[in-house]
Amino acid sequence: MPMHIGEKDFQNRVDKGLDDGFMRGAVRSAQGRLQNNRAKAAEELGDWEEWRSLGKEIRNHTMENLDYYLEQLTDKIAELGGHVYFAKTADDANQYISDVIAKKDAKKIAKSKSMVTEEIALNDILEANGCDVVETDLGEYILQIDDHDPPSHIVAPALHKNKEQIRDVFKEKLGYTNTEKPEELTLFAREKLREEFLSADVGITGCNFAVAESGSFALVTNEGNARMVSTLPKTQITVMGMERIVPTWEELDVMVSLLTRAAVGQKLTSYVTALTGPRIEGEVDGPEEFHLVIVDNGRSKILGTEFQEALHCIRCAACINVCPVYRHVGGHAYGSIYPGPIGAVLTPLLGGYEDYKELPYASSLCGACTEVCPVKIPLHEYLIQHRQKIVEEEKKSDWGERLAMKGFGRMASSKTLFGIATKSAPFLVTPFVKDGIISKGPGPVKAWTDSRNFPAPAKERFRDWFKHREKGDSDHGKG
Amino acid sequence: MAKGDIQNRDAFLDQIANQLGRERQRTPVQRPDWNHQVQWNVLQGKSQDELLDVLEEQCKSIHTSLVRTDASNLNEALLEVIKEYGGESVMTWYDPRFEEYALTEAFREWKGEGIHVDKWDAKNGEESIRLAEKADVGITFSDSTLAESGTVVLFNDKRKGRSVSLLPATYIAIVPKSTLVPRMSQATREIHKQVEKGEQIASCINFITGPSNSADIEMNLVVGVHGPIKACYVVVEDR
Repeated sequence: MPMHIGEKDFQNRVDKGLDDGFMRGAVRSAQGRLQNNRAKAAEELGDWEEWRSLGKEIRNHTMENLDYYLEQLTDKIAELGGHVYFAKTADDANQYISDVIAKKDAKKIAKSKSMVTEEIALNDILEANGCDVVETDLGEYILQIDDHDPPSHIVAPALHKNKEQIRDVFKEKLGYTNTEKPEELTLFAREKLREEFLSADVGITGCNFAVAESGSFALVTNEGNARMVSTLPKTQITVMGMERIVPTWEELDVMVSLLTRAAVGQKLTSYVTALTGPRIEGEVDGPEEFHLVIVDNGRSKILGTEFQEALHCIRCAACINVCPVYRHVGGHAYGSIYPGPIGAVLTPLLGGYEDYKELPYASSLCGACTEVCPVKIPLHEYLIQHRQKIVEEEKKSDWGERLAMKGFGRMASSKTLFGIATKSAPFLVTPFVKDGIISKGPGPVKAWTDSRNFPAPAKERFRDWFKHREKGDSDHGKG
Repeated sequence: MAKGDIQNRDAFLDQIANQLGRERQRTPVQRPDWNHQVQWNVLQGKSQDELLDVLEEQCKSIHTSLVRTDASNLNEALLEVIKEYGGESVMTWYDPRFEEYALTEAFREWKGEGIHVDKWDAKNGEESIRLAEKADVGITFSDSTLAESGTVVLFNDKRKGRSVSLLPATYIAIVPKSTLVPRMSQATREIHKQVEKGEQIASCINFITGPSNSADIEMNLVVGVHGPIKACYVVVEDR
């Protein structure tokens, strides 16, 4: 499962997140800043709700006619001399890209940040083929140098690391000798990566939005690495999720305006680079050879279902930046390269309930995500729908869980059994109680007591206290 | 250029149509008139002078300095900026506008100031990229300028290399005041019209908003990552 990160057990991943004090501090402060910037930018623009409605309208229309727009896009690209490969699965995409690289006899690959290549785990395949793959987005570069630490946020992948950790990684792996100041760390990366850009044989980019009418695609960045990757290497491969497309340049404007504000609160990022085919004859920079790989990998199955709007996502991470659950457990806990509310919606759709059935429960259903989504995806409603489906499916399968639930159901619905269970609670938990507090609870109480204390059950049950009180039994009056 | 290959398209698009519960869309789809068209309200009806004020204000938030000048003082203004940033080698586009603003002649005289100017020449092939990489300063004109975001739009071609605005540590854009429009909507509408007329658009269109930057380390903004570290717009009254 390429999309998967970290260990298999959800609870263990969550525990790890909760225990990582530094990560939680970093996430808290980053969320604060990003939320603030987004809100400010939206207010400054004005008519934000109308903008969101426009975004939704455009995404709706595009998804309803996706086959048409993809055909138009790829006809244009082929006309311009670019090659197009439609990849049904991650394996298909990786195989095609490997073949192109092998044909070019290319050794060094420079990549700019791309979530879809993370999703298909392209780097693993290329490295296994013996290529030197260099991630050039600063955050991705840091993670790659640190023995391929997985990303924890879709816009700021190294959000979980502090500057001291980054300094240490650079020191250990690259012989860095300066301080932990972000300016010095960044300058060091600039110099290191400049050599890589100039010597790369192939550049690989993602795609924020393709423009159907002209066969173009746009890269939205701040660092300039995507410009390097699309200017210097002779061969360029661009990988796009099949839904990342708009009809014309006019819609590109709207979607980019929504994206940069929702993601980081900028009116525009430093660079929006729109590329159309390989370089035109006579031009010196830009790729001679251009390949576009369009990836399905489970997306088409979402079309025509109640979850179709999940494909409207433009990967801004606004929902992640307001999510109280993400704030506490961090990105790695989701076990997917797509964390937060959109991750909890999208990951089970792409990867199946079998592996990701816990994710729709990693939400307080507060609805903050839905409120900030620039294209109005009903995120928290989708989480509820996922839960319904999971319960439906479990009725059909997981007998162990059903048995336990049935046990509880029987116990709770029988007056006698419930009475025995609640009466025995104070005795059963006695070994865990100290000064009327449980701080290391057993079984179902454990998750709670890992982060806070739980009061021990009262010696007298509420029901008993109430009964006695009704009788006017003064001894029991102040229970 | 020979036509490129397209592989696996039909099966892929059939699956999409199938999921959407219909046949493949074979006739051209009409883009609807969107119900909400708020983008045109932004800075609507502003004069060029008012747009310039907006641009100047926006430059403060994007770490970009802005200099106002007129055609007769453009040469002096550019020299001053270069001296301030420090630079001995300059790379420019091969763009007729340099001649129109009498800069080609002026550049020759910069030698006396210890500044060497090269221009992008596709005939030199790779050498042009190398020169851009070695240059301290890159200078281009802006083809369209977006007041709201503080953005210069560049239509690159064989005489207007992508590397000039990318590789040198300092980037200077000469902004003719007439290129100012309210926002991205006006620029993309022009490109859309070009496509509708069946014209070939530039292989690379850059929307550049200040110097490169990153906030990947603890969300601290660092200006100057892979692209230019400093950026300046020199706005010139039209001749």
